[in-house]
Amino acid sequence: MVSKYAIFVIRRLIGSLIAVFAIATFNFFLFRVLPGNPIELLFRSPTLTPQQIRALEEQFGLNKPMLQQFVIYLYNFFTGNYGISFYYRVPVINVLIPRLVNSLILLLPASLAAIAFGIFTGMYAAWKRGTKVDVSILTAAMGLYSLPSFWVGGLLILCSLFYLKLPVSGMFTYGSVYPDVWTYLEDFLKHFILPFITLTLITYGEFTIIIRNCMVDVLTEDYIKLAIAQGTPTLRLLSRNALKNAMLPTISIIAINLGLIVAGAVLTETVFAWPGVGRLIYEAIIHRDYPILQGAFIIITISVVAANFIADMLYGYLDPRVRH
Amino acid sequence: MNVKPMLQSLSEFWRVYRENKLGMAGLIIIVVYVIIAILAPYITFHNPSETNPSKVFLPPNKDYWFGTNEVGQDLYALNIYGTRISLIVGFLAALVATFIGTTIGLVSGYYGGLLDEILMRTTDFFLVIPPLVLMIVVGAILGPSMTNAILIIGMLSWSPTARVVRSMTLSVKERPFIESAKAIGASDFTIIFKHILPNVMPAIWANMTLAVSTAIFSYAAMIFLGVGDVNDVSWGMILHYAFTSGALSAGMWWYFVPPGLFIVLLTFAFVLVGYSLEELFNPKLRRF
Repeated sequence: MVSKYAIFVIRRLIGSLIAVFAIATFNFFLFRVLPGNPIELLFRSPTLTPQQIRALEEQFGLNKPMLQQFVIYLYNFFTGNYGISFYYRVPVINVLIPRLVNSLILLLPASLAAIAFGIFTGMYAAWKRGTKVDVSILTAAMGLYSLPSFWVGGLLILCSLFYLKLPVSGMFTYGSVYPDVWTYLEDFLKHFILPFITLTLITYGEFTIIIRNCMVDVLTEDYIKLAIAQGTPTLRLLSRNALKNAMLPTISIIAINLGLIVAGAVLTETVFAWPGVGRLIYEAIIHRDYPILQGAFIIITISVVAANFIADMLYGYLDPRVRH
Repeated sequence: MNVKPMLQSLSEFWRVYRENKLGMAGLIIIVVYVIIAILAPYITFHNPSETNPSKVFLPPNKDYWFGTNEVGQDLYALNIYGTRISLIVGFLAALVATFIGTTIGLVSGYYGGLLDEILMRTTDFFLVIPPLVLMIVVGAILGPSMTNAILIIGMLSWSPTARVVRSMTLSVKERPFIESAKAIGASDFTIIFKHILPNVMPAIWANMTLAVSTAIFSYAAMIFLGVGDVNDVSWGMILHYAFTSGALSAGMWWYFVPPGLFIVLLTFAFVLVGYSLEELFNPKLRRF
């Protein structure tokens, strides 16, 4: 059994590597081959000295034929060399890593909270399937799903201005000195709460719909009917018999919809000036900082591929059938 | 498929659809938006592009219902005119996405084999990459224009449709009437477009409706982030300037709230219609 799982892992790993390779190739075409591509623009940047331009040419192999450029590009890609930021004047990767950590600090708790609430309401709606409760929950969930995250964020900023008086920008109060770790944490939490609520709210609706539909599928299965006939208490039926089986499709659907969560995070970070990869993209657009834009694109897509790989692993671990 | 049975099935469909309250609510909202877009010049009192340096950042009043922006334009007129671009971009981008997704899904499902494998791996690739991030990056490189936005959104959001159409094609092509068509020597083209496509069409409609809502959202998000033409009057553009001009952090809710409400209500309407259609064609999801 262990070896079968190992084979499954290796096959998925190869699949993920192919995806990363595809991203690399796609990115190459995006930034080099399309008309008016940034590499051409790079040389028009007035802030670069001739020496810097020559160094860049050398580094990216821009004076060589396309195929050779591609090989050099791939080497740089897999060694984490994404060039120098036009704006920050440091290697792109040095800018990206701390930003990615900040993004995860916001994204992970918000996603977990949304999933937890989503399981709760989704399960309840599925159990009450066809009733007014179900229709109301579903309608509300679709309403949440239609909310643009940047607008919700803006509304919370307005709320904060008039009532809540919470900070609406950044992760910490700029330039503050903290006497102890508690005031530090307090300041962080005050900055964290609004973007956290925004991101949780906009993903919550989606998760509710996904979990409800998966649960409806499970609840019409024969073994559930049997359990009901046997008189299994509702709560135990839902949590032990139904939820476990509904979690499998839920995991894979959430993994597929990860792109939407990422989009929500990009916009939320922008509105709240949360120093993550999403806000970095917004700043890179303003500064026309193409190396950063390219690096952010790569790091986001690779993160999503990695998250999908983890979801696959989990799925294969929980459901032995898919290993074949 | 000749005209008469199609009309019959349409009226049949309408009879069932009418019973769905949420679906009808969505449809009515969409119709109202279309009317607003058409009548825009007759229901506004100022030219949306007309600036007025003596009337900047006015709060709502009887002359300017939604107030004015930082260059003295009428926010009410901007919001009303914004309906036009959002609807155009939404529909056209969804059309592009549906066309690509349907073609790939049909071909992939019908021919199978290596072609299917390659097409589906490509689909998975586009399904996995966060579409908005890709749109932002491509949009930032290609430069701002509405045509670019439509093409980018359309070409990056066809993968869900391709997936659904493929899986339906797989089941339709196993049915006996396809075998009969093959037996009497119908070409692949005839089979795909005359026999399989009509059977897959319902799912395509449901997907296209959802694609419109995604496209409207994506366009607003792109413009909000400053990718695309911020001179075209659209809700995303109003939100962009409300954010960058500092009106939002100054608490001018009348600048920021209305365009968002317009977006939310319209995408919600399309989501309602989409899910109602899906429910109609996929009885397992049916609630009633």
